[in-house]
Amino acid sequence: MTGLRVEHPGASALVEDLGRPGLAHLGVPASGALDRGALTLGNRLVGNPDGAAALEVLVGGLRARFEGEAWFAVTGAWGPVTLDGRPVAPYAAARARDGAVLELGTAARGIRYVLAVRGGLDVPPVLGSRSRDTLAAIGPEPVVAGQVLAIGPEPAASVPVIDQDVAFPPPQDAVRLSLLPGPRADWFTDAARAALFERPWRVSEQADRIGVRLVGPALERQRPGELASEATVPGSMQVAGDGQPTILLADRPVTGGYPVIAILDPGSLDAMAQVRPGQEVRFRHAHRS
Amino acid sequence: MSRRLLPSGDAALLVECDSLEEVLALHDALAADPRLGVVELVPAARTILVAVDPTRLPLESAATWVRRIPAEAGSRVAGAAADPVVIPVTYDGEDLSVTATLLAVSPEALVAAHTAAEWRVAFVGFAPGFGYLVSDDWPFEVPRLDAPRPRVPAGSVAVAGAFGGVYPRQSPGGWRLIGRTDATLWDPEADEPALLAPGRRVRFEAIGSA
Repeated sequence: MTGLRVEHPGASALVEDLGRPGLAHLGVPASGALDRGALTLGNRLVGNPDGAAALEVLVGGLRARFEGEAWFAVTGAWGPVTLDGRPVAPYAAARARDGAVLELGTAARGIRYVLAVRGGLDVPPVLGSRSRDTLAAIGPEPVVAGQVLAIGPEPAASVPVIDQDVAFPPPQDAVRLSLLPGPRADWFTDAARAALFERPWRVSEQADRIGVRLVGPALERQRPGELASEATVPGSMQVAGDGQPTILLADRPVTGGYPVIAILDPGSLDAMAQVRPGQEVRFRHAHRS
Repeated sequence: MSRRLLPSGDAALLVECDSLEEVLALHDALAADPRLGVVELVPAARTILVAVDPTRLPLESAATWVRRIPAEAGSRVAGAAADPVVIPVTYDGEDLSVTATLLAVSPEALVAAHTAAEWRVAFVGFAPGFGYLVSDDWPFEVPRLDAPRPRVPAGSVAVAGAFGGVYPRQSPGGWRLIGRTDATLWDPEADEPALLAPGRRVRFEAIGSA
């Protein structure tokens, strides 16, 4: 059987796929890879279906040994990736021999690598998905040193031949993200809605798969009072009592009691998954398709 | 009944109703007449989130569906039509006597009201499988704890506001604990992972007290 022996998981290595949509009414968010574009790109590079399970590696530090030969691709974050000590091209399919050691160094751009292997990671699904949900504690446990992740049978599709890599690594400087109106935008003052788009924001250290807290001017409400908890979608920007926004990500609770002023468009949601604490963020209006 | 449609990104609408009763009626009507392309239908206290796959059901079409559906048709979803789930409870919760005192009744009367009421799961939130139960038969409005407990044991039967609930597993919580049950509220391996899914009817049955 082909597998991947994780000798060191780094800061955090989680198995993720495209999640388990359709269960929010039971209190279960879809979860899944935070950078869905990176997951589907990685899977396409090795000929997998888009939703095959891959490893989401935070920051870097992963060292893993292939047991059997396998194709793999590393997407998402951009940093020093080596196979048996030799550099591996980012965002490209590569072949590992039996016993080869893959190392993901500290990311220089972005914060979440996606390691896709041809055949996908074959761990038991829970509620139809192999995704780890860090808040609801559903799905495969975080990967620990010494663990062997089984690799599934190779798919029928071949590894595509790509003449030229088109890679867009995560930006190093200010990240531009697009916002759609949120359901409770009218709970905020005109000045708050303007500040959202005109002022720079900084990603705080409080950033994980549940949400990312931003630091900037306080967003003032014109409507006081409590909001009865209501369902949120990934990318919802909810504003706490102190006026600071938090962008909710894949592992958020299904419902929240803070008003949502705006919602990231899907492409920006992927970009948000790669923004590092301390990095600057600027918002613009999304154009509805 | 008024329904306000609020934007919620490029693949969802938030439908706001005037009351929880209207949410329940509209949710029943939507669930009984589903559209292909609806991914999630998530009721809450005043709202229902309608999340779609926009390639199969454009948001505009979803909006039309929600605007036009007659909620008073009131056709009940399958779970509501079925027999109630019966949850056996040992009424020895830490907050039972204090809660009864706050409501100016005896602990026995509080337990009697809790077991006599026919409850219904209005919506699920807070944690996987945590159902917010409502009942026309439940006369009380219960203040939450001033400071939430960091760890409420799994199976704790609790009340807060106009709601009843059971903690599916250990978690923090500010509801008042009146009893405990061995019932499995949440099992991700089961065909129906949540015992208390929206629309289910529920009864509590006393199996003794300490």
